[in-house]
Amino acid sequence: MNVIIISLIVLGVTGLVAAVLLYIIAQKFKVEEDPRIDQVQEVLPGANCGGCGFAGCRALSEACVKATSLEGLFCPVGGAETMAKVGDILGLAPVATEPKVAVVRCNGTCEARPRTSEYNGARSCQIMHNLYVGETACPFGCLGCGDCVAACNFGALSMDPETGLPVVDEEKCTSCGQCVKACPRNIIELRKKGPKSRRMVVMCVNKDKGAPARKACLNACIGCGKCQTVCAFDAITVENNLAYIDYNKCRLCRKCEDACPTHAIHAVHFPPRKPAEEQPVTETGKEAQA
Amino acid sequence: MNTFKIGGVHPQDNKRYSAHQQIVTCPLPEKAIIPLIQHIGAPAQPIVEKGEKVRVGQLIAKAGGFVSANIHAPFSGTITKIDTTVDAWGARVPAIFMDVEGDLWEEDIDRTTAVVRESQMEPKEIIDRITAAGIVGLGGACFPTHVKLLPPPGKKAEMLIINGVECEPYLTCDHQLMLEHGEEIIIGIQLLMRALGIKRAVIGIEKNKPDAIARMQALCSRILGVSVIPLNMKYPQGGEKQLIDACIGRQVPSGALPIEVGAVVDNVATVYAVYEAVQKRKPLISRVITITGKSVAKPGNYEVRFGTPLADVVALAGGIPEDTGKIIGGGPMMGRAMNSLDMPANKRVSGLLFLPEKESRRIEPENCIRCGKCVSACPMGLEPYLLSRQSELQMWDEMKQHSVMDCIECGCCQFTCPSHRPLLDYVRMGKAKVGGILRARAAAAKVAAEAAAAKNNQ
Repeated sequence: MNVIIISLIVLGVTGLVAAVLLYIIAQKFKVEEDPRIDQVQEVLPGANCGGCGFAGCRALSEACVKATSLEGLFCPVGGAETMAKVGDILGLAPVATEPKVAVVRCNGTCEARPRTSEYNGARSCQIMHNLYVGETACPFGCLGCGDCVAACNFGALSMDPETGLPVVDEEKCTSCGQCVKACPRNIIELRKKGPKSRRMVVMCVNKDKGAPARKACLNACIGCGKCQTVCAFDAITVENNLAYIDYNKCRLCRKCEDACPTHAIHAVHFPPRKPAEEQPVTETGKEAQA
Repeated sequence: MNTFKIGGVHPQDNKRYSAHQQIVTCPLPEKAIIPLIQHIGAPAQPIVEKGEKVRVGQLIAKAGGFVSANIHAPFSGTITKIDTTVDAWGARVPAIFMDVEGDLWEEDIDRTTAVVRESQMEPKEIIDRITAAGIVGLGGACFPTHVKLLPPPGKKAEMLIINGVECEPYLTCDHQLMLEHGEEIIIGIQLLMRALGIKRAVIGIEKNKPDAIARMQALCSRILGVSVIPLNMKYPQGGEKQLIDACIGRQVPSGALPIEVGAVVDNVATVYAVYEAVQKRKPLISRVITITGKSVAKPGNYEVRFGTPLADVVALAGGIPEDTGKIIGGGPMMGRAMNSLDMPANKRVSGLLFLPEKESRRIEPENCIRCGKCVSACPMGLEPYLLSRQSELQMWDEMKQHSVMDCIECGCCQFTCPSHRPLLDYVRMGKAKVGGILRARAAAAKVAAEAAAAKNNQ
């Protein structure tokens, strides 16, 4: 009996002393932190993807609390909704940001881009890119090992076995930009989602002159400049034998799509055209997901 | 001793196919493409124009910097265009295209086969001739030779080490060169010794070439300061740092150049080129390459001028064998599989190896079993299993800490791995990444230092 009482007393006193000590230390070395940081972090999605440009959600909330305006601070995963909540907590007006989406700018499907060699090494785009031009003759196009798929935290990317190219699931894509960083050939770009997700994209990054580009891939941009001529809004620039559509200037008139001789320019998510033009419609419909 | 101390593997040497085959001179092609990047460093700058007639040995592209090399016309004929060509791995490189017409040489080049022994040249003159001739290390890295001969201030060369090891399996071009042109190589060694102002030179030769050892020993027996060291076989003995360890027992510190321990290493083929450049005024326009493989009809050693389409050389050796699965530029350990044979011969290509289909497939990799074989095989004392994993996880800073920049990419780790893991692929990628990061940091630091200096001056 005695033993039990003594041990209870000893343990109790030790516990009490330790608790008092801990309390004093905790008070002495207390870190003053704005409680709003925790509140902001609460409303952020917690994916820690780094899409906002900060190390993680905590870093973004700290930056938000410090900032005097939400300009340039945006969580691509949570979107405008989350930023509105953050604005409420901090008493700042949310800044409207256009939603973006990852776009794979390569249309070198297995059919269009014949294989010239077979790669037998480690399945990684980074390694393949370091070693040589890839399995096809196009030194700019998709390598197809799926580094971007592995980099995506949201399961928004998958490889299409038929085309050998990655496909973006726009519902799931948060435009965090991890795939952009993972791609050694800079094929993936974050582009403005556009009204009703409609947009015009040059699906090629080949900077070669027309002849070798076309030889390597039937769908390549050959830098002919027809789209530039036909564009009424100055949205298209052709540089290094490659056309680029500025999504801020593009008015989605689709003239460039018709002008492009290699069908490198794609109109995404547009409603089907008139029945007379059945052919191109099915094509764009099929590639709308890409 | 007689070999390097740490690591190394023993691949089957397979030299029997092309060993002791007389060097055959490849006939002139009709058209030639001369790439302007045939060395480490800046690309050469073309100094000829379209339509210009050139003679063999005429300078057609000037070195684009200190670490760069001149390129001379390997053929006489007309320049048709200056454009880009695709190298064997698909990358675009600038090149000079020419039509070959006749075989008209520059007049001051001595084309006789007589051996010129006498030389009273000053060291500076020798180095100038080597620089002008565009000589690069023909052992594989293609580092401009004249850069090695001008040690940085404060460093003194003590020992010249000649690399006659040829540790790569299959390749035999250096072996044959020693047998056929041993005398010229010895003269070349004496020239290099004079250029560097040193008294001692050793020739390292592996023991699987007893005839070459005997020949070189007989030739240098009467020459003061030059000796042959027969070395036990082990790959990668031909690596600069391994060879220094094997020959003179000194270890090059991490991240340093051989000159740090007073050594200058040159390949026998480079030394032969030095002899030709200095004594015969013949610039580097050709080299001996080995065409080999189990099923090649006429494997052998062929002297080709740079710019000759490799397909022509292969035709000379009996064409591409039917069962070929992979064509490797260089040896099987460090060489790289080639995309096509459209590429011209150049200073970089030391051989073509035709591997049969069944030997050219990689075995499916399995999990690392932590056996540590790669660690004991690594001749640089690194931990390849760790580096490859770090590279997979993109841990660049950790890779830097684990000395990835010391990797010589010899492939011993991958060769020895019982799980057939692509260790070298990942380590090589990591090395490229870390190298890029280090260069970027150095550049940023330089900019910052300049900005600070400018601020202080104000």
